[in-house]
Amino acid sequence: MAAPADELLGLYRQMLLIRRFEEAAAKAYSQGKIGGFLHLYIGQEASAVGALANLDAGDAIVGTYRDHGIALARGMSARACMAELYGKVTGCSKGLGGSMHFFDAERRMLGGDGIVGGHVAVAAGVAFASKYRGLKEVTLCFLGEGSVSIGGFHEALSLAALWDLPLVVIVENNEYSMGTPLSRTLSVHDTSQKAHGYGMASDRFKSDDVMEVKRRVGEAVARARETSKPTLIEVQTYRYRGHSMSDPGKYRTSDEVELRKKTDPIVKAESDLRALGVTDADLARIEAEVEAEVEDASRFADESAEPGEELIEAFTYA
Amino acid sequence: MRELRYREALREAIAEEMDRDDRVFLMGEEVGYYQGAYKVTEGLLERFGARRVVDTPITEEGFAGVGVGAAMVGLRPIIEFMTWNFSAVAFDQIINHAAKIRQMSGGQFACPIVFRGPNGAARQTGAQHSQCWEAFYTHIPGLKVVAPATVADAKGLLKSAIRDDNPVLVLEDERLYGLKGEVPDGDHVVPIGVSAQVRDGDAVTIVTWGKMLHMVLPACELLAKEGVECAVIDLRSLRPLDLGPALASVEKTGRALVVQESWPYGGVGAEVVDRIQRDAFGALKGPVLRVTGRDASMPYNKHLEDLTIPSVDTVVRGVRAVLAW
Ligand SMILES: Cc1ncc(C[n+]2csc(CCOP(=O)(O)OP(=O)(O)O)c2C)c(N)n1
Ligand SMILES: [Mg+2]
Repeated sequence: MAAPADELLGLYRQMLLIRRFEEAAAKAYSQGKIGGFLHLYIGQEASAVGALANLDAGDAIVGTYRDHGIALARGMSARACMAELYGKVTGCSKGLGGSMHFFDAERRMLGGDGIVGGHVAVAAGVAFASKYRGLKEVTLCFLGEGSVSIGGFHEALSLAALWDLPLVVIVENNEYSMGTPLSRTLSVHDTSQKAHGYGMASDRFKSDDVMEVKRRVGEAVARARETSKPTLIEVQTYRYRGHSMSDPGKYRTSDEVELRKKTDPIVKAESDLRALGVTDADLARIEAEVEAEVEDASRFADESAEPGEELIEAFTYA
Repeated sequence: MRELRYREALREAIAEEMDRDDRVFLMGEEVGYYQGAYKVTEGLLERFGARRVVDTPITEEGFAGVGVGAAMVGLRPIIEFMTWNFSAVAFDQIINHAAKIRQMSGGQFACPIVFRGPNGAARQTGAQHSQCWEAFYTHIPGLKVVAPATVADAKGLLKSAIRDDNPVLVLEDERLYGLKGEVPDGDHVVPIGVSAQVRDGDAVTIVTWGKMLHMVLPACELLAKEGVECAVIDLRSLRPLDLGPALASVEKTGRALVVQESWPYGGVGAEVVDRIQRDAFGALKGPVLRVTGRDASMPYNKHLEDLTIPSVDTVVRGVRAVLAW
């Protein structure tokens, strides 16, 4: 296999894992094995995978309720993630958090936050702590384009820019905020413009090509790491599924969704890999590996124990 | 009488009041084009147009404040929170503005606004999305808080809330939206600040509100099979609080239990207990007890969630504990 293919192959495998994982999760949800809200990331995989490819072990991530992709891209195991969805004690939050609240202290994944906006300030706080300690760590914060009007986002940007915090805020513009298209939630089309008022660097690009996402987010991560300056990035992406499992998605046409699937980041990575000399047999082997990993995760989640009653109050206080 | 679902009763209340009064408008996330996150507002955009059914971005503090300002100059906003959990972002507008305008202005400005949405635990939506807000908001002078448990009250209390000249918070419940019940025909209005005795009995007086009424009534049926007949008071309004029927019942039973979904610390249940012990002390045969949600943030796991929220079983045990004195 050609050497330049190695890196892309790794990212491709992560994207495929996220997709197959979530397809399995959607199925488990319809079988009643997963409850509550389940927000799928399918279609957006290149955003998390490309962005997180720039991170070191000491860097941190703060995300929204749509968090499966960033969790898996951060190297959290499919087992721990699936078990969390099943509400099992072996899950990454011991079955107490659920789909919206994936955490992993070891990998510096700080959620999985369900209230729009507030987590951006939390991410600024994590970046503040890195700077306070004199460490060259970067914090990556994800949110949706529908969330850039809320106060928490703006206060966080204002502080991050004022205090030169090593923070990269990534707005994943998947064009919809629940059933509302961007045109009805915002007076501008480009959410990265929000950086201007704070004198903050910004960037904006599509998520079709995972290597390009990696390169562009890499510039912002380097800026944060080397100069402790924040950046606001808009990644233009698209979700194929509803806002959550309970959303039938009547606000858009199936033609629109089909059209967007034509620029699928996984399909693009596959064709790029082929061009680099990766064979069908190589791709088939990866597909089989990923499927086995997801099946193993589902089995593990199924067979794991429920958290015991003693956990209800166990984590109320330190 | 007609049979409606709880969400349809709310919708009727909104539509009838919007028909009556052009000052009434609806504002919130996904209330229009999407037809409401829980379909309470289905069809209202088509019927009343975008001037009066206003979709907002995710800006709770902003649109709650827009509501307050509009109310101060005479409009009558109905502000929907997709769930009350998101009202935390609008806390400042509700508490520091809506509740205080009248007092601070020496009575010159009123704030006739309704804040409404589902309160409490839905199903497995986890710690941030499963909270009961009555303890926070009933604490505040200047706010009225109602929590309809039945379909008829959903309509009648919301209509009263819209007509009220004060900020009124309507705590609905996602698990009740599909509930069916009879609603009187015509302009069905339920006054704020009037509780209802929904069951008679001589053993224990149970005071409750909202979704918990639907745990209490089946528990009463189970207890009745053993010859234990409980009286049940549905508070309906949490502030102002009408304990007249509850006190009258305690005079008969000498025993009382409060059942609430929310956390035990402080709150409406504690207020009810305080008033019963003060105003019916002579009649009491034992302490007034409470069945509450467990004192923890809501776990996602289904089994743990069930253990955290009061159930028919915990209500039965609560009644036995009261009777044991
Ligand atoms: C403060 C607050 N208000 C409302 C919600 C309900 N809500 C959850 S996600 C969402 C839409 C968010 O859309 P966007 O920011 O575009 O992110 P996406 O879901 O597309 O990833 C809404 C309204 C919430 N979680 N928090
Ligand atoms: Mg979006």
